[in-house]
Amino acid sequence: MSTLRGKVHRLGANVDTDVIIPARYLNTTDPAELAKHCLEDLDPTFPLRVGPGDIIVADENFGSGSSREHAPVAIRACGVGCVVASTFARIFFRNSINVGLPIVECREIVDVTQEGDEIEVDLATGTVRNLTKDVTASAVPFPDFMRHIIEAGGLVPYLHEKLTSPNGSTNGAPDVVRAEGGEVDLLHD
Amino acid sequence: MSDDQYGSTITEKILARASGRERVRPGDLIMAKVSLAMANDITAPMAIDAFRKIGVPKVWDRDRIALVPSHFVPAKDIASASLGMRMRGFAREQEITHFYEVGRAGIEHILLPEDGLVAPGDVIIGADSHSCTYGALGCFSTGVGSTDLAGVLATGEIWLRVPETLRIVYSGEPGKWVVGKDMILKVISEIGDDGALYMAMEHSGDTIAHLSMESRLTLTNMAIEGGAKSGIVPPDDLTVAYVKHRQEIHGRERPFDTLVSDPDARFARTLEIDVAALEPMVAQPSLPSRAVPVSEVEGQEVDQVFIGSCTNARMEDLRTAAALLEGRKAHPSIRLIVIPATQDLYQQALHEGLIQIFADAGASVAAGVCGPCLGGYMGVLGPGERCLSTSNRNYRGRMGHRDADVWLANPAVAAATAITGRITHPENIGALV
Repeated sequence: MSTLRGKVHRLGANVDTDVIIPARYLNTTDPAELAKHCLEDLDPTFPLRVGPGDIIVADENFGSGSSREHAPVAIRACGVGCVVASTFARIFFRNSINVGLPIVECREIVDVTQEGDEIEVDLATGTVRNLTKDVTASAVPFPDFMRHIIEAGGLVPYLHEKLTSPNGSTNGAPDVVRAEGGEVDLLHD
Repeated sequence: MSDDQYGSTITEKILARASGRERVRPGDLIMAKVSLAMANDITAPMAIDAFRKIGVPKVWDRDRIALVPSHFVPAKDIASASLGMRMRGFAREQEITHFYEVGRAGIEHILLPEDGLVAPGDVIIGADSHSCTYGALGCFSTGVGSTDLAGVLATGEIWLRVPETLRIVYSGEPGKWVVGKDMILKVISEIGDDGALYMAMEHSGDTIAHLSMESRLTLTNMAIEGGAKSGIVPPDDLTVAYVKHRQEIHGRERPFDTLVSDPDARFARTLEIDVAALEPMVAQPSLPSRAVPVSEVEGQEVDQVFIGSCTNARMEDLRTAAALLEGRKAHPSIRLIVIPATQDLYQQALHEGLIQIFADAGASVAAGVCGPCLGGYMGVLGPGERCLSTSNRNYRGRMGHRDADVWLANPAVAAATAITGRITHPENIGALV
């Protein structure tokens, strides 16, 4: 399903991975256990209020700080369908693609969105709609190479196919992609 | 094309070579060959699970992988012990050359350069956000998550977007109490917590020649707190001497190239910092960008002082703190925690008598572990408690309870604060005590 629709949890800027999943819970890698504590230091009621398919909308630098992959894992495991932010921190961005948490960069929608709004994200086209405010905008698109990883279901299945299939190549990406004008800003690592 | 008629930054040169290209430019997507891959006890277990799912039987090169227990060791609980078992089992199964055991290990970002495993021109990928630290030796290094690291374990390569470079030009000689920590806190206070997002942070200018390797490692350590992908110090004579020395000690001599940015390289932005005018800096709760000169926060009472972490737990840091603490006691209201970053540093501090000074001052001393920096254990803060720390992050909840407050500072400010019980400029210690 490439279209996600859900109720918004509206967060601010610089939501770091320590606050997404505090280090005191990093002694486990169990997604269900991590989900119980997702964002609890920002709002202790968040793990209780969040429901399947809900969407997090946040300002700049979402996922900053620690490289802990437990952060996107916790967000996905507590049912969140997608994170829409003005910008993402780079390690979180890579981790989300790799573990299959849909993320979308769309400042135009973030700026008009409030807690409780309903928004719709079309992952195939990159169209983001705030149904409550009746605003539609285009997300920053993923480059083709990254879309292939997303379509494969993350980096692990992508590399599994590449490395274990008889005609797979030795690595996971195009040899080199030369940036062309506006493409430069499209990939955030 | 006229587009190609200009020079390259050091980061572009390293990434060009690692991807077999003559030249790369910011925005290019490349596959880079990795010189060294690293994971710790928090990130390795997830990476190992992902590696197994990728489905190749052996890692790409058992000599180019470092597995370092550093966060929850010696095991703080049964769950942490289990994480350690998963990492240890994998290291044995794959015959990983650079697996470090508790008691012979330390915080990876201090351990690996000291162990002669990092050299100029390398590409280092670490499953820990402070993997940007190694750039102080003139290499490209960046942090990734566990799944990306698993990809490196399987292939020895990683896709990267060539970053733009934020060049920081420092001028002037640092004052007596000013070190790399103050310079990077000043930078982050200028650019903001995401001011270098996706970029390489290149540290340059005449001040660099005045900086010890310890200070340079602190500069690059906190690139991530400005949002940067990597931090780098162009290699000079000090770098070469340090790297050769560390390689010789550990029998790891290998050739390396010292690349620097071309005079006509292009930078996304250049920031100038007058270091001669800089005071020690203190980052106020709860963002590193909220750094101000120490004089603006002097007098703020705290409950705990932590001297340690991958940012500030090297010999220079320990000697500075010990010089202030010698013959003095931590204030009765203060809990002082000192953690040299590696077993070797602990031993050296022991030989130099620094551990005795810390113990006499009333410090709780451990060795070779991240400790309270990330609120794991060994000094977790309770509700409303206040800590001044030499570490790198003061985010809400970072060191414990969400209502605890953390100030970040250099080791001299930390030692001075431990003595008085409130945030103190080290130059005032003589007068106060």
